[in-house]
Amino acid sequence: MKLLRRIFPHPHLTFLLTIVWILLANKPSLNSLVFGLILGIIIPFVTQPYWPDRPKLRNWPMIVEYMLVVLWDIIVANVTVARIILFKRNDDRQPNWICVPLELRTPEAITVLAGTITMTPGTVSCDLSAQGHNLLVHCLDAPNPEEVRDQIKQRYERRLKEIFE
Amino acid sequence: MTFIVELLIAFFLIVSGIFGFVGSFGMIKLKDPMSRLHAPTKATTLGVGGVLLASIAHSVLLEGKLSLHELLITLFLFLTAPITALFIAKWHIHRHEKPEDLPDAGEDELWATHAVEQVEDVPDHSTN
Repeated sequence: MKLLRRIFPHPHLTFLLTIVWILLANKPSLNSLVFGLILGIIIPFVTQPYWPDRPKLRNWPMIVEYMLVVLWDIIVANVTVARIILFKRNDDRQPNWICVPLELRTPEAITVLAGTITMTPGTVSCDLSAQGHNLLVHCLDAPNPEEVRDQIKQRYERRLKEIFE
Repeated sequence: MTFIVELLIAFFLIVSGIFGFVGSFGMIKLKDPMSRLHAPTKATTLGVGGVLLASIAHSVLLEGKLSLHELLITLFLFLTAPITALFIAKWHIHRHEKPEDLPDAGEDELWATHAVEQVEDVPDHSTN
């Protein structure tokens, strides 16, 4: 078990790299599977020292749920933003900065949260506070900033907390 | 059968065309730089996504072979779009926003972009 751990320091990364290689080749064959596996074993092995204290992922059903929620929100986000751009007069729009206090402490989790905020309805994550306790978010149209903040915390941060911490 | 498939592909292409257009139109219509950032990061995601879905549908349903490297393009897009947006936003905060114009950063007092030492000898192009 320990030996297995030394050879595959990041089993998920190995799996991901293999899949990406097969997709790049775009023809599922034994050739690309073997070469993908070779890359998937060598790359995590070599890069292992550069990624200390990586978080342990748990709660796989939650990861799937999170991805589905985000995908759905991206589609909704596109329609919402398109409607604001096309039909709302510039003067009626209320762009706003909001500050989201973070409960997440893992850098990887904050990265995922920031990326999600950028891809979803009318919000772009812009900056992190100096010690990483708050996230600065810009809203395209937010008459009610508290509501947006609560939605981010309730919808994404709660789920990420269960996944990463 | 072919007709329905073609209809489906055409639908995806039209959707992607509309969203691609809205994304570009937003760049003209919205007036402040931070709002402009919203148009390309979001509306274009579905724009590119539509073309990729059409491409998958075409190769699977019409040519009869599985082609999935479109999924990779989606993956790379989801990785790069937020990072590009963050870079542009940080640049904007660095050059055009003062710490007192942004909301309070709570216990940390400053946002990360303002916490670094400001470089003075960069020429200022903001006025012209």
